[in-house]
Amino acid sequence: MSGQGLPGPAPEDRERPTGRRNSQGIRIDPEAEAEHPPRRTVISALVEHEPGVLARVSGLFSRRQFNIESLTVADTQNDDWARITVVVEEPDPGIDQIEKQLAKVVPVIHVRELEDDALTRELVVVKVDADKPHEVQAITDMYGGRTLDAGPRTITVELTGDEQKIDDAIDAYRQFNIREIARTGQTALARGETKTAVVPDYLK
Amino acid sequence: MTEQGTVREPTGASADDAAPTEGADETPDDGATTGQTGASSVVATLEGAGVDTVFGVQGGAIMPVYDALYDSGIRHVTMAHEQAAAHAADAYGAVTGDPGVCMATSGPGATNLVTGLADANMDSDPVVALTGQVPTELVGNDAFQETDTVGVTTPITKSNYFASSADTVGDDVSTAFALAANGRQGPTLVDLPKDVTTDDTDAGASEPSVPDTVRVRERADAEDVEEAAETIAAADRPVILAGGGVIKGEATDEVRAFAVEHGIPVVTTMPGIGAFPEDHDLSMEMAGMHGTGYANMAITLTDCLIAVGTRFDDRLTGGVDSFAPDAEVVHVDIDPAEISKNVEADHPLVGDAGTVVEQIADAMPNSPDTEAWRDQCAEWQAEYPMDYAVSEDDPVKPQYVVETVDEATDDDTIVTTGVGQHQMWACQYWTYTEPRTWISSHGLGTMGYGVPAAVGARLAADDDQSVVCFDGDGSFLMTCQELVVAARENLDITVFVLNNEAIGMVRQWQDAFFEGRRMASEYPWVPQFDRLAEAFGVAGFRIEEYDDVADTVQEALAVDGPSVVDVYIDPTENVYPMVPSGGDNGQFALSEGHL
Ligand SMILES: Cc1ncc(C[n+]2csc(CCOP(=O)(O)OP(=O)(O)O)c2C)c(N)n1
Repeated sequence: MSGQGLPGPAPEDRERPTGRRNSQGIRIDPEAEAEHPPRRTVISALVEHEPGVLARVSGLFSRRQFNIESLTVADTQNDDWARITVVVEEPDPGIDQIEKQLAKVVPVIHVRELEDDALTRELVVVKVDADKPHEVQAITDMYGGRTLDAGPRTITVELTGDEQKIDDAIDAYRQFNIREIARTGQTALARGETKTAVVPDYLK
Repeated sequence: MTEQGTVREPTGASADDAAPTEGADETPDDGATTGQTGASSVVATLEGAGVDTVFGVQGGAIMPVYDALYDSGIRHVTMAHEQAAAHAADAYGAVTGDPGVCMATSGPGATNLVTGLADANMDSDPVVALTGQVPTELVGNDAFQETDTVGVTTPITKSNYFASSADTVGDDVSTAFALAANGRQGPTLVDLPKDVTTDDTDAGASEPSVPDTVRVRERADAEDVEEAAETIAAADRPVILAGGGVIKGEATDEVRAFAVEHGIPVVTTMPGIGAFPEDHDLSMEMAGMHGTGYANMAITLTDCLIAVGTRFDDRLTGGVDSFAPDAEVVHVDIDPAEISKNVEADHPLVGDAGTVVEQIADAMPNSPDTEAWRDQCAEWQAEYPMDYAVSEDDPVKPQYVVETVDEATDDDTIVTTGVGQHQMWACQYWTYTEPRTWISSHGLGTMGYGVPAAVGARLAADDDQSVVCFDGDGSFLMTCQELVVAARENLDITVFVLNNEAIGMVRQWQDAFFEGRRMASEYPWVPQFDRLAEAFGVAGFRIEEYDDVADTVQEALAVDGPSVVDVYIDPTENVYPMVPSGGDNGQFALSEGHL
């Protein structure tokens, strides 16, 4: 056993700082302690449509333990670009990191968190028991959905809408015994003249 | 060429055979190549980028690239293991600042590179890896020696590419090269299917250039700089925290000038060692888990931390709640993602380290009044000296060996290490004064880094610069096969194995935190490393007592070629100061009693 150690005052004999930081490394100001509860938000990334880009992006999320609710990806108006829309639930410093880490991925052209008024939509396909076809139809009509398939034993419908509407609709279908659900996850564009992604001129 | 080895002609081809003689003036037809292939485009691109040395191991899928190298002026260093090729390239990149290049075949060759690439990724060292791949038509079929190399290396490279055609493979390599070197440096990889490298193409060398989506910011926002400068000028207890980014960003001159001009003490991170001369009055040396007591006191009590090129690794910060808790943080970094990732920056300044530090210097309204603070720092230096007890009868203390080698060598000597206690002694007891002289595995902590890194560093260093490696017996055993390279290439490196017959750092933790239950940390038997060295054709020495140290160190250093010194050190010696993981930097332990 060793442990002769070095000379000098022991820990308890040393001067101590008065401050503290919170778990996010923020200095705790006694007047306004920064608290960061998680919030849900939509991040949109425009990326070059090259092989492996989705693997890079999704790998980044899992590796860094970002709390991802949904992720969609597909072509845009330009064949060379794809748009990735991610719904995340994170405290603000985490959201900030998601944006920065995404921006670092080489094929990523632009990343931003969308405003609350962004147009977000999701498609869901729901398959329920066909015991009460008229009631199922009534719910489908109420949510502006469409019946895709109706048989003696099952009815399958599709619905689009924002997240709240989809959640509500699914709740309503529960009474008919939901057999299976497939949701696409949110996709989104910024509202009006606001650009979802800003593409630098040299890439246009 | 070495005296040890006989040089054989490449089978089936003498130098004269390299150029076709028969039928040379006939137009190539029926499958005869023009001589321009994907592989030759790869090699031409490397040549164009100024590459003079590459490290690698041959194999089926990478053979076309090696074949193209046959006609090239690039020096290829055959390593014994691909992991070592990646470490050698990493050290080469760390010493020169330009990407080191490593090559491996598909499958096991590529997977053997993984540790080295992960290491380079954590330390932002510029490395380009070229891997062979099975022919495109076999990809995905679990072909012989197939691995999804791009998939495997995605999380541990800055970016990687699967080459899709002979016409564009040169562009892939040039992009990989530019990305590795540009902005925040790091490893990149190009996977080269065999058909892509054998196919004909008219493409020659491709100029290194980064993709259009990558924009690196050079200068920080002027207003932010002004605010930061005002904060620094008003501080009572400012500290500069110099990270590895200061060295990689070639910003040592700017940081040194700024510190001296304004009388601000400088603490470094482990990768930042060499950013500031450790023999300077303002140097507080390294902070963090095994940092000096005075560096950790300064960093704990500072009211203004000027952090340059650091990612606030947890080995540096300890628990963030107690990290520089009173300090406003000015954070300069080229990578925006490092800002407020671990420690919230009050003044984030994104840009090139040297440029931004100059911007701050220009914006300083006045110097902070640091006299009392510097006195306080000097007091801590006197209170917590880095010291160890020497008694003539005891086994040799490792710290003494480190100090002796330091004294026997020039200031610009490059030190490489493995990972463990010896690594910590090598950073604590050696006085670093120059950037790019401390080459170690920081972020990943890879045992076995030392010997291959010494090989890479030797080939990158100036001829009159010495290269020494401090290794642990455990770390040395992981890559000592690379001595074969040192012998073959007659590389002047001196390896000091600080032999405690244990994986000492683990044993230290077991004694401290696992009630001394030394599970699998003591070696019941280790080879005689001096004799092992001799078997490789490397000069072997041994140190068992204090009386041997000075002379044997001199003798080993005087060998014109590789040598290994097996140093029997005091096996009971441990590393202090120590901040237990997640602990409070200001509460560092000076002995086991404090833990
Ligand atoms: C590849 C690898 N495996 C395991 C570890 C865990 N580890 C960290 S330090 C250490 C002991 C190192 O022993 P040695 O190289 O003999 O150096 P010493 O601590 O004795 O100086 C070990 C096993 C590691 N860092 N790297």
